[in-house]
Amino acid sequence: MNTHRARKDLLAGAIFVGFGLAFALTSSTYEIGSALDMGPGYFPLVLGGVLVLLGIVIAVKGAAGESEDLGPVPWKAVALLVGGLLFFGFTVRGLGLVPTLLVTVFLSAMAGRRARVIPALVIAASLTALSVLIFVVALQLRLPYFGPWLQG
Amino acid sequence: MDVWDNLALGLETALTPTNLLFALIGVALGTAVGVLPGIGPTATMAMLLPITFGFEAVTSLIMLAGIYYGAQYGGSTTAILINLPGESSAAVTAIDGHEMAKNGRAGPALATAALGSFFAGTVGTIVLALGAVPISRLALEFGPAEYFSLVVLGLIASITLASGSTVKALAMIVLGLLLGTVGQDIATGTPRFTFGQRELFGGLNFVSLAVGMFGVAEILRNLEGTMTRSVVVEKVKNLWLTKTDFRRITGPVLRGTGLGSALGILPGAGHVLASFVSYSVEKRVSKRPEEFGKGAIEGVAAPESANNAAAQTSFIPLLTLGLPANSIMALLIGAFIIQGITPGPNVITDEPALVWGLIVSMWIGNFFLVLLNLPLIGLWVKMLTIPYGVLFPAIIAFASIGTYSISLNAYHVYAIAFFGILGYVLIKLGCEPAPLLLGFVLGPLLERYLRRALTISQGDATVFLTRPLSLALLLLAAAAFVIAVLPAVRRKREVVFEEE
Repeated sequence: MNTHRARKDLLAGAIFVGFGLAFALTSSTYEIGSALDMGPGYFPLVLGGVLVLLGIVIAVKGAAGESEDLGPVPWKAVALLVGGLLFFGFTVRGLGLVPTLLVTVFLSAMAGRRARVIPALVIAASLTALSVLIFVVALQLRLPYFGPWLQG
Repeated sequence: MDVWDNLALGLETALTPTNLLFALIGVALGTAVGVLPGIGPTATMAMLLPITFGFEAVTSLIMLAGIYYGAQYGGSTTAILINLPGESSAAVTAIDGHEMAKNGRAGPALATAALGSFFAGTVGTIVLALGAVPISRLALEFGPAEYFSLVVLGLIASITLASGSTVKALAMIVLGLLLGTVGQDIATGTPRFTFGQRELFGGLNFVSLAVGMFGVAEILRNLEGTMTRSVVVEKVKNLWLTKTDFRRITGPVLRGTGLGSALGILPGAGHVLASFVSYSVEKRVSKRPEEFGKGAIEGVAAPESANNAAAQTSFIPLLTLGLPANSIMALLIGAFIIQGITPGPNVITDEPALVWGLIVSMWIGNFFLVLLNLPLIGLWVKMLTIPYGVLFPAIIAFASIGTYSISLNAYHVYAIAFFGILGYVLIKLGCEPAPLLLGFVLGPLLERYLRRALTISQGDATVFLTRPLSLALLLLAAAAFVIAVLPAVRRKREVVFEEE
């Protein structure tokens, strides 16, 4: 796995400035109001501004610094875990709990550093069974095992 | 009602079979996640929060609280046996505890930790019981201005304990506050930052945020590198302490308990600080300071007592003011809200059975922990052999189902992925997620009190400075901020956190 070098503070500052700007600009489209009678935009507009300022302070300090080692990034794990979660959200209603969970757990199990297909399948099957036992049988959550997409 | 009536009511509530069972489940789960590296109490509680929806309020809080203080116990077990503190507050315990284990005195070290914790937990519970009523009575005098200042104090205090840069911690708080504004505005019903998506009108769910930032981000951190776990644990023999041991731990346990009880009450401070401070105090007052770091039993007794006492008293701001002292308490606020209870000084008068049942259950839970940990120590050590490759897919599975089940809303599951990545990136850039979570939970309160206070004062912002209680709270917040940025304190803090 490759490691990455970057100026941490510069990057962190940029992220904060980005979020601050996004919130501030969006809230300026809402009704601002006054201190006496605050509209929905007032509080986030002020905070957005504060966040931009804080971000600039952090970034300025960071721009002067050296670039540091960020350490390795497990790209495969990022993709698989995010993919698994998105798949769950997207299909749980349509496919139902069992097939969705099988896929999500399989994807996440493959994120391990030395993961292989067969063990990951075993993990997926057993964790799905365990989850069904805990959530549906024991805790009585009303989540159908199989959804409308599979019932033609 | 005096303290005894309160405790009697608490006993009655805590001793029902259901509540006893869930106290036991809570502390057992807590011990497990404390033992297992790679999963902490915050993520565990966040994952279980949706499940507790169907429970009675008191049962749910008893179990969640059990996870919190149970994790302290579990964390010290691995700290002593394999020099791997499962919890940050156990980092100090590892110093001398593991040395004792290497000298073949693992048994006495574990027994010291358990007995010290039990004693401290008992005292902490009493402090909590005695302090809760007067503080909440004081808080009943609070108007919106005081509440606003109190929340500010809580937020500022949370940065004094964040490791790393103060400005970054401040920025994380503000980002948390902003994320808390997503969803319909309370006063006008205007949807904010929802991209027109109906599913976001109710706001981002803080379970998604907590599971993402503390669960998924942590998994990604662990998958980065080589997680080697050498589990070569010798069988723990002889748990008994000798007479000399008892004499040596009495002072440290008492001092640790006192320090922990006091530091635990401070918003933002808490159990990690308590364990570090009590360790250095013992080292200073000891007649044998040279033994510290080489297996001094005092070095186990003091921090273990301190962190457990602090774990109990950190419930005081939560139960009396509705103010979370750390991210775990923020999750408990969430548990209150899920149960339809608005946290604040009214809780103690409106829901006495809940508050006192919870307090008493913590004492009972501490007793369970001694039973669970000393005779069953081998079982917990075995848990360390569970491979991480099984553990983290389980976290993902439980997190998705739990979060989805809150309101059958897929957006809450997408949000886990979003916060997982955001949390991972921010942690990598040296920004701790805890202040963000606090900001997120307290944001809506802060906005509500700010608006109310300014409406009452006719838009006069000096109201926060002219009301004495509010001024006092803001001065405290300013003091906390100055302390956090003072160079001398900063250096000391860095030293403290280096050892983590």
